[in-house]
Amino acid sequence: MSPQRTLLSALQSVGSNKLRSLLTLLGIVIGVAAVISLMSIGRGVQESVTSFIQELGTNTLFISPSGGSLTLDDAYALVDPVLAPSVDKVAPEINSFGDVTTIDDFGARSLSVGITGVTPEYQDVRDYRVANGSFISIPHVSAASDVAVLGSQAAVDLFLGRNPVGQTITINGRKMTVVGVLESRGGGAFGFEDNSVLIPITTAYRRIGADRSVEGTVTVDTISVLVGDVDNMERAEGEVSRILRLRHRITDEDDFEVRNQQQALEAFQDTTQAFVLFLGSIAGISLIVGGIGIMNIMLVSVTERTREIGIRKAVGARRWDILSQFVLEAVLLSLGGGIIGVLLGMLVAQGMNVTLLAQEEIRTVVSTDITALALGVSMLIGLVFGIYPAMRAAALHPIEALRYE
Amino acid sequence: MIELVNVTKTYRMGEVEIGALRGVNLTVYDGEMVAVMGASGSGKSTLMNILGCLDVPTSGRYSLDGVSIGRLSDSRLAAIRNRKIGFVFQSYNLLPRLTAELNVELPLLYARKGGSARLAREALGRVGLADRTGHRPTEMSGGQQQRVAIARALVNEPSILLADEPTGNLDSRSSLEIIELLKELNQQSGITIIIVTHEEDIAGFAERRILMRDGEIVNDERVGTE
Repeated sequence: MSPQRTLLSALQSVGSNKLRSLLTLLGIVIGVAAVISLMSIGRGVQESVTSFIQELGTNTLFISPSGGSLTLDDAYALVDPVLAPSVDKVAPEINSFGDVTTIDDFGARSLSVGITGVTPEYQDVRDYRVANGSFISIPHVSAASDVAVLGSQAAVDLFLGRNPVGQTITINGRKMTVVGVLESRGGGAFGFEDNSVLIPITTAYRRIGADRSVEGTVTVDTISVLVGDVDNMERAEGEVSRILRLRHRITDEDDFEVRNQQQALEAFQDTTQAFVLFLGSIAGISLIVGGIGIMNIMLVSVTERTREIGIRKAVGARRWDILSQFVLEAVLLSLGGGIIGVLLGMLVAQGMNVTLLAQEEIRTVVSTDITALALGVSMLIGLVFGIYPAMRAAALHPIEALRYE
Repeated sequence: MIELVNVTKTYRMGEVEIGALRGVNLTVYDGEMVAVMGASGSGKSTLMNILGCLDVPTSGRYSLDGVSIGRLSDSRLAAIRNRKIGFVFQSYNLLPRLTAELNVELPLLYARKGGSARLAREALGRVGLADRTGHRPTEMSGGQQQRVAIARALVNEPSILLADEPTGNLDSRSSLEIIELLKELNQQSGITIIIVTHEEDIAGFAERRILMRDGEIVNDERVGTE
């Protein structure tokens, strides 16, 4: 029989017993829907954290002290077109926490936030945009001026929607003038960046910070290095390490650590991928159960239709004709279940966004590769679990099959 | 032409061997209409199964239109059933979910013949059911169902038509119509027809009668119908 006619005949047969077909494919429907919805949560978590890491920049190196200390001069030494041609921009920073207060006609408001001492390069390296006013400038850094740039949320909390630029705030008891407000970074999984206050790195060290080195140099907590081309990450890492080892006169263990955002991202993706696959394979077990359901019903169907098989053989059906007809019926059942399951899974994933995850930053992601995989697997299950009943049908002897009541 | 030479068929039931056919010699020429009679257990069903290539002989030789059937594979046997043989059964054996037209079309589909729907309708026309093509078996009388079965047997233009008690489930009027239809087909198209029957008046339409007993042909006579 031609493939089209076999398909038509199988469709007819599946359609002629609607309730039974529906119940049979329910197992596959539930399995596929579980795979799609569970994996959509996994993918959602993955995307949300990945986007956060990418916001930090995958072409950024982070240098932090490890046993020694890093200074502002170390940072400036990395800006060297000869020894470090891959390095584009360098941004040292000093991190601390502090109390920020404002007093106005509505009373005093206080905020406990992260205070970051930065240089002008910090804006480019961390990709910040200024919504209002200006960023920390070079004169601010050289003069250790008492100026501050507010994160968007901090600005709202302190000034309740009024323009903060030109206003005065107090940080750890020292009066500072607000020169700018940053655009919201939003979206990211952790919104703390909008809640910070930036001041000149020299101000942070000399006016706010507690410890100073004897030589009068400024020690910093982290140096972020922007690499011009993401393909040069490893080279840049080598250049940075060489310069710092020379400056620190190191022959054995480094007293600093260079971290690569790309590596962190890859490590994270490996972990979540395993997590997503784990969720998927748990759901996949229900697909196997669904497959056994199909096999069961196909065996019943072969027995019920013994006479039909006998008639078909008598008028000239070969083994292959009977085999392909029954396998196709099983595949249609499982594929039908797969398609309904995908739709149901998408519905569940959407439903979770407005219920379970409504308050979260995570959104479920139904990706095409998982959808294709689920459909492929459900088809394969029909094939695997349909082949045995079909072989039994094909092997029936025509005379015995015709005699069957 | 059908040629059976010393054909035996033995069934094994546990330890016991049952000889369903014990050395049958039979030649049926093209265009003959033969009635096979005999008590149940006489071996006439086994003979029909072997003639219809649904089963193969234990020993002996069976050749159909010069092709030796003895050691053919399953799929070759299926192809021969498809092209050379048409079956008509006592209980019609139509597929209940399919319309008359689709039932008749079935052998053509397995033969992968083009224009099968048209050929199926033509075959239904030949048995007088041109206006019933869209009906399902459950919507037809026994006589009509048997006509559909005859159309299905004819549609692929086989050389033999095997009818196993074709009127066994029918009332006498329908029986007469069916046997007259078979006779007409035999005379008009020259198709070889072999009918197994219990009924004397049905056998009376055939020009040759074979009587079987205990797996052997005990009587083979030509009756002049002209």
